[in-house]
Amino acid sequence: MAIKQVSVFVENKKGKLVEVIEKLAKANINIQAMSIADSKDFGILRLIVSDNDKAVALLEEDTIVKTTDVIAVKMDDIEGALYKVLQTLDKADINVDYSYAFTVHKELDAYVVFRVDNIADAEKILADNGFTLLNNI
Amino acid sequence: MGKYFQEEIETASREEIVKIQNEKIVKQVKHVYDNVAYYRDLMDKKGVKPEDIKTIDDIKKLPFLTKADLRDAYPYGLLGTDLKDCVRIQSTSGTTGKRVVAFYTQHDIDLWEECCARAIVAAGGTNEDVVQVCYGYGLFTGGPGLNGGSHKVGSLTLPMSSGNTERQIQFMMDLESTILCCTPSYAAFIAESLAEKGYKPEDNKLKAGIFGAEPWTEEMRQAIEKGLGIKAYDIYGLTETSGPGVSFECEEQTGMHINEDHFYAEIIDPDTGEVLPDGEVGELVFTSLDKEAFPLLRYRTRDLCVLSRKKCSCGRTHVKMSKPKGRSDDMLIIRGVNVFPSQIETVLLNEGYTPNYQIIVDRKNNTDTMDINVELTPEQFSDKVAEVADKEKALEGAMRTMLGIGPKVHLCAPKTIVRSEGKAVRVIDNRKLH
Repeated sequence: MAIKQVSVFVENKKGKLVEVIEKLAKANINIQAMSIADSKDFGILRLIVSDNDKAVALLEEDTIVKTTDVIAVKMDDIEGALYKVLQTLDKADINVDYSYAFTVHKELDAYVVFRVDNIADAEKILADNGFTLLNNI
Repeated sequence: MGKYFQEEIETASREEIVKIQNEKIVKQVKHVYDNVAYYRDLMDKKGVKPEDIKTIDDIKKLPFLTKADLRDAYPYGLLGTDLKDCVRIQSTSGTTGKRVVAFYTQHDIDLWEECCARAIVAAGGTNEDVVQVCYGYGLFTGGPGLNGGSHKVGSLTLPMSSGNTERQIQFMMDLESTILCCTPSYAAFIAESLAEKGYKPEDNKLKAGIFGAEPWTEEMRQAIEKGLGIKAYDIYGLTETSGPGVSFECEEQTGMHINEDHFYAEIIDPDTGEVLPDGEVGELVFTSLDKEAFPLLRYRTRDLCVLSRKKCSCGRTHVKMSKPKGRSDDMLIIRGVNVFPSQIETVLLNEGYTPNYQIIVDRKNNTDTMDINVELTPEQFSDKVAEVADKEKALEGAMRTMLGIGPKVHLCAPKTIVRSEGKAVRVIDNRKLH
């Protein structure tokens, strides 16, 4: 199942990132995964949080946010694990737009988040190949 | 050749100048009324007849012309003669929708070139000088004006046009140029280029420079004078009245003498249109007293400045205007190109942005920079950096097409552009030109 990622427009200026994170902290929203892609002028902060709808409503007050479906794939924490996932997607001709990894400490498992061009196909092919996808975190 | 190009008129008494102006204005108003339907309508609407203008003081009764009139009347609406009597056009830098095309008879060209000749002689020019003209040639008035003036003085004229600094320097050194004519920013650039090549200021034969077509500061004058080892003189003009040479600096360097026998200057309150006394800051208004083909009466320049009739040590008696202290509209001159914030707004709306923006103009290494902060909309946003960066690039391209110069666009979060009293501060000009 796809999970929700919130993407946040953040100007590439001192103090801007902390403003966003502070809001989430004060609202008791937990950040489970994050990545930042930046250009010279701005960055796009991508978050997977405990309450996506609440985070969107909160952050929309100050900046532009967008919810995107992504898939999170559970991986064994061993060499070659990421290769296996990517190989599966590649064989199915699915393009990865971007990706980032995180671990969940309690379980010591590793997860990789993928933004792909064809999410339905990607889910099916990964499930068919025995990968575990996260429904929620 | 002496101190003046046309001593008799340049040093005429106030009474003589007024007498010339009185005669010329009566004739000119009749010429315009008879030949320019557009202005005749404006006069009729105001209830002014040519007979009402008996002296130069009566000029107050005439209606103003603005840039908007020039746009409405484009291209032939303000023409005062048959086209067969015209020999030339010149045009402004031509930002979209604001282009001015001015027409000249041979008489108009001659008086314009004489004005430029006065400026060259005031800067110490004689027929023994080598005048290097690196203003642009073509539609822009800078090159043709100074070129013609230099011919009238009898100087050896190097019609270099702008750019190709290597070649400029080669001709300057090999042919021993003595007077340089260009924009002040280009003069500063040439000075830097000479220094980079290891030339000292005393290595060139230049003695003076005549610089105009863009705003520049006293500090910039000093830097150019030091860098080139010359005296740097200001020159002012606009295509609407003729081109450079409407006014020019003399050795005193305390303002520019307006060629009052051809161009009558008034300072008005930009809000009420009321004429202000000498010494007060207001909008400069020009009347062409004897141009035939493009005879603008009471043309509002939008330049804010001060007139002074204080006796000048150079002996010239014509009124002096200060360097423009700003503009009464929101037009910016960036790298010599006229930019209106309204053009930027048009592009933003066309491209699907909100009209919330801020223009930041600065000058780095003597070149103007232009940055535009634009508020991003949810529709434009994507979680992919490349897509947002492409939007930024596309907007820069659209701006370049509209403005003629390429600004750097910066996308910002909504509501981040500073507003004062509910209104956005549209322009931040950090160039400190006035």
